[in-house]
Amino acid sequence: MYTPQRIPILKVGRVLIVPIQVDMDDATAMQLQERILAELERTGARGVLIDISLLEMVDSFIGRMLSDIAAMTRIMDARTVVAGMQPAVAITLVELGLELPGVDTVLNVDEGIRLLRDEFGIREEASEEPPDFELSDHWKA
Amino acid sequence: MESIAILIETEQDIIIARSEVRSMAAAMGFRLTDQTRLATVASELARNIVKYAGRGRLIAQPMSDTDGRSGLRLIFEDQGPGIADIDAAMRDGYSTSGGLGKGLPGSRRLVDEFQIESHVGRGTRVTVIRWLSP
Ligand SMILES: Nc1ncnc2c1ncn2[C@@H]1O[C@H](COP(=O)(O)OP(=O)(O)OP(=O)(O)O)[C@@H](O)[C@H]1O
Ligand SMILES: [Mg+2]
Repeated sequence: MYTPQRIPILKVGRVLIVPIQVDMDDATAMQLQERILAELERTGARGVLIDISLLEMVDSFIGRMLSDIAAMTRIMDARTVVAGMQPAVAITLVELGLELPGVDTVLNVDEGIRLLRDEFGIREEASEEPPDFELSDHWKA
Repeated sequence: MESIAILIETEQDIIIARSEVRSMAAAMGFRLTDQTRLATVASELARNIVKYAGRGRLIAQPMSDTDGRSGLRLIFEDQGPGIADIDAAMRDGYSTSGGLGKGLPGSRRLVDEFQIESHVGRGTRVTVIRWLSP
């Protein structure tokens, strides 16, 4: 019986980190797309960081999946960044004619976190509570 | 090095095709970018077989020409519905399945030689070669 591969989705602050460490089959790629959207909704995360540094190949199917995830997360008012594409993969993608429209790419996961934080104002730590000093100011008044 | 033939019928076979082609290319001495190009072509054309013909096969053949130059030839063949308008199918963006229409034209850009034969009702054969640069 066929069982889909399981790709982890980790939540760090308000960012979902998705390390793709296997050569995904089509069913796994489709399922990953749905799981990311479900997790965005469930956790209220604002950013998705997909680490593809271990992916040895991105064909039109996986390329399309990355574009679709970026488009769908944008509709949900969140952002997707793809990190760590190998140079050989980037060259091949361009020759194939896939420019990954709408996908922000960065060199590595650190850059990705920085981009999500700086460009999109997404903080790693969710701090919904007002800082303590404001509270004490309030009491002083 | 021996040729190999891989039955292409399921999504799993697409993964097997691209990983076998990559290992063969690596064993022949292709550099990383070429390995990636060949694995990507295998993925695109094997997926076309699964998607449009249901089943078929991939033959991967290490070869050399008269000058002693070596290369890897990949033959993708099926006995599916065939392609009525090959010129259209080779155009970027043409797809009968709502796809990106990059599989055939993109694969052609990733190899040195590309040949497609197809007959409606009889099937399709795509043959590609990438030469090993010395
Ligand atoms: N083996 C085949 N048998 C029958 N028709 C095929 C075969 N391969 C390709 N085609 C036809 O040629 C068209 C173009 O194929 P191509 O791989 O370029 O694009 P696609 O499969 O539609 O989309 P993409 O590969 O970008 O996801 C297909 O839509 C299909 O109609
Ligand atoms: Mg295709």
